[in-house]
Amino acid sequence: MEKFMQNPIVQWVEYRLPVFAFMNHQLVDYPTPRNLNYWWNFGSLAGIALVIQIVTGIVLAFHYTPQADLAFASVEHIMRNVNYGWLLRYVHSNGASMFFIVVFIHLFRGMYYGSYKAPREILWWLGLVILLMMMATAFMGYVLPWGQMSYWGATVITNMFTAFPLVGDWLTTLLWGGFVVGNPTLNRFFSLHYLLPFMIVGVVVVHLWALHVHKSNNPLGIDMKGPQDSLPFHPYYTIKDMYGLGIFLLVFAYLVFFAPNMLGEADNYIPANPLVTPPHIVPEWYFLPFYSILRAIPDKLLGVIGMFGATMILFALPWLDTSKVRSAKFRPIFKQFFWLFVLDVLVLGWVGKNPPEGMFIIIGRVASVYYFAHFLVILPLLGKFEKTCPLPESIGTPVLGGGGEMPSGAAAAKREKS
Amino acid sequence: MTDSTSAAGPTCVHGEDETRRDFLYLATGAMTAIGAAAIAWPLVQNMNPSADVLALSSIEFDLSPIEVGQSVTVSWRGKPVFARHRTPEEITAANDVDIKNFRDPEPDSDRVQKPEWLIMVGICTHLGCIPLGQKSGEPKGNFDGWFCPCHGSHYDTSGRIRVGPAPRNLDVPEYVFLSDTVIKIG
Repeated sequence: MEKFMQNPIVQWVEYRLPVFAFMNHQLVDYPTPRNLNYWWNFGSLAGIALVIQIVTGIVLAFHYTPQADLAFASVEHIMRNVNYGWLLRYVHSNGASMFFIVVFIHLFRGMYYGSYKAPREILWWLGLVILLMMMATAFMGYVLPWGQMSYWGATVITNMFTAFPLVGDWLTTLLWGGFVVGNPTLNRFFSLHYLLPFMIVGVVVVHLWALHVHKSNNPLGIDMKGPQDSLPFHPYYTIKDMYGLGIFLLVFAYLVFFAPNMLGEADNYIPANPLVTPPHIVPEWYFLPFYSILRAIPDKLLGVIGMFGATMILFALPWLDTSKVRSAKFRPIFKQFFWLFVLDVLVLGWVGKNPPEGMFIIIGRVASVYYFAHFLVILPLLGKFEKTCPLPESIGTPVLGGGGEMPSGAAAAKREKS
Repeated sequence: MTDSTSAAGPTCVHGEDETRRDFLYLATGAMTAIGAAAIAWPLVQNMNPSADVLALSSIEFDLSPIEVGQSVTVSWRGKPVFARHRTPEEITAANDVDIKNFRDPEPDSDRVQKPEWLIMVGICTHLGCIPLGQKSGEPKGNFDGWFCPCHGSHYDTSGRIRVGPAPRNLDVPEYVFLSDTVIKIG
């Protein structure tokens, strides 16, 4: 690095725009808690998933036609005629699923280790904003192939806005550009589906900015107190992230090459027909828990409010969780409730996949009530009554056996390298 | 990377370790390059003509309705192809000329398979406009062939550039006579 910085061209640029020092500061020497585990891989994986979506999406737009009479055929054209079109489309459609898997794990990791607590509330909010924008983008992207599920998914989701009193109908007509979902809807969804990912990139930049102010949280949930608690980001976490990326790509490749339609719906290979609704409409898997909450409430407006509320309540999480201790590692009761909550979300997803009848209605209602109870009852009370375990003195203490000093070899070798 | 590792000293003592580390770097770099190329290939290749475009790459065309002295334009791969049933005078004019001083010297016999049928791509070799001269009444240029209105290229009765900025004669596409009057272009 020092040798690189002495290069006259690098110095010429550096004097005018200190980009190399900036990158070194943010990506190479950047102090990262030395005890991060593999759950911390999912942030960088989410960034990579976003890039994959943008790159494949731009290329797909070379071949796609956002017109109601042509859209379905143009997707088939991509699958059959365009060179590697099948690959690009399957990477894009399964990439959306991979992106959500990664982001959901990232979110649950933050919940388990209390990453949303002070001083990282805005970091948490920005992440939730990204999640909401991802949901909007994914929903509109699913409409573009203009199959039966595209069309009726769009119809059901946009009809939710009719639930709002007074402005509901006006708002829905505005969204549609007509009296039903139609060509104007498809056009604007395509435009927004192209726009939103770049806005997500913008929010990601601010998310990283906020992250780099107070640095990463860590499995112990205590602050870094000095250099003995941290490692330089490169090479320690670049390598760790790359290892995780390898696993991620293996799973991704399995989906793309061996089960490309596993997470999709067969009905979406039937061209959109505004006069026939498919017998069983389900959203994409990543919306299922929210869809369950919508169906659990037997009132149109309250159902919609419940569904949106399920995401909105996460914004209040830093204050609903009243415990001073961040990491679940030192919160024995919270830890159990955390896993119960994960189970609850999985149950909601499972219920959402099934038709709303018989016991699914009851299970869906219980799980929906529990979802909100977790945030509104359990978390506020736990902070008051839970007896937490003692926190270690520093990040370095448990790792280094109380020494606090960095082992000379590793530290010294690293210093010289960077 | 590699030389800074050797400079780091304390972690690698023997030359043997160095070689292994170097090998790892090279192997990783090589795999990264192969992986990057494998990813880049579909992202570039998808921009090339797709199967449905390639399926239209050759056409068959019947010349029999074209009278002597008449021209017809057919579309091939989206390009205009000029098919002209030349008059004996035009054939003579195309042959009785010294081609040495032409910009793109080519005898008429190299440009036609049968002298009465001149088949060529009707795109000016300058900047891609379509020359005039197919329809009666259109300007045919100083050599009674074709004239490109964009930048004033004059082509003769063999489609050769005689005056103007175009660098080459009008291109002759690949074609075969399937029968006396039916050709397959492409």
